[in-house]
Amino acid sequence: MASARNENRPLSPHLQVWKWGPHMLVSILHRVTGSGLATVGAVVFLAWLGALASGEECYAWFMDLLTVKSGAPNIAGYILGIGLTLSFFQHMMTGIRHFFLDAGAGFELQENKRFAITTMVVSVALTAVLWGYLSYDRLIAPPVENAPIAVETK
Amino acid sequence: MGNGTSIGRVRGLGSAHEGTHHWWQQRLTAGSNLLLMLWLIVSLVLLPSLDYGTVQAWLSSPLAAVPMILLVISVFYHLKMGLQVVIEDYERDARRIVLMTLLNFFAIAAAVFAIFCILKVAFTATTGAAL
Repeated sequence: MASARNENRPLSPHLQVWKWGPHMLVSILHRVTGSGLATVGAVVFLAWLGALASGEECYAWFMDLLTVKSGAPNIAGYILGIGLTLSFFQHMMTGIRHFFLDAGAGFELQENKRFAITTMVVSVALTAVLWGYLSYDRLIAPPVENAPIAVETK
Repeated sequence: MGNGTSIGRVRGLGSAHEGTHHWWQQRLTAGSNLLLMLWLIVSLVLLPSLDYGTVQAWLSSPLAAVPMILLVISVFYHLKMGLQVVIEDYERDARRIVLMTLLNFFAIAAAVFAIFCILKVAFTATTGAAL
């Protein structure tokens, strides 16, 4: 098979010659978040489904890896949960951006820049809304009576 | 059709009429992913809890199991095409072929595993099975 590229020939200047802009950032973010979802996200999804199909004990063991006793996420649960949801919303928003670009719309400089920034703002906002909603009950709940750290009263 | 110049390799083969196939399938599954993933996130968030009984009862309903199977097909097909492009961009020669093979094995095995798990939960759940 003939080599795809002659190693003796120079490569044309690429990333290093361009001034970074939001359009370049969301472009690579789309690829990074997509690759993350396809690997880490897929493994978490498969583990969750596999544990669910393997019965109550296995499912409890899996959930125990990601949550504390009360059912709230532990540190690993928060990192995976927020990381994957933020990645998903970013990939979703840049994916929607791709639909517009595919249709030939949104290539004017200002509009393109605005749309690129919007994808990041919306993905962060959606992630915040989702986790705010999930944590709302815990945030407004009164402190537990037998909490390990006693509140000093005088 | 030999190993000569680029033009030599192309000459005589003609167009395969599949130039936009990958691109179009990627867009098609992107659209179905958008609907199905939003459905999954909303469904899971609206469940009272994520404990075994609740999730099992939810997934045993045809209205949850069927969209889940469709989601697995759509997402893993999209995932396979997406990672394929990444591999094509950064890897070449032997590594590309090895990674591409692993990717195909992973995508198909993972999708079959996920669908089997969904069906097992749906068909063996002790609670909730009503539509």
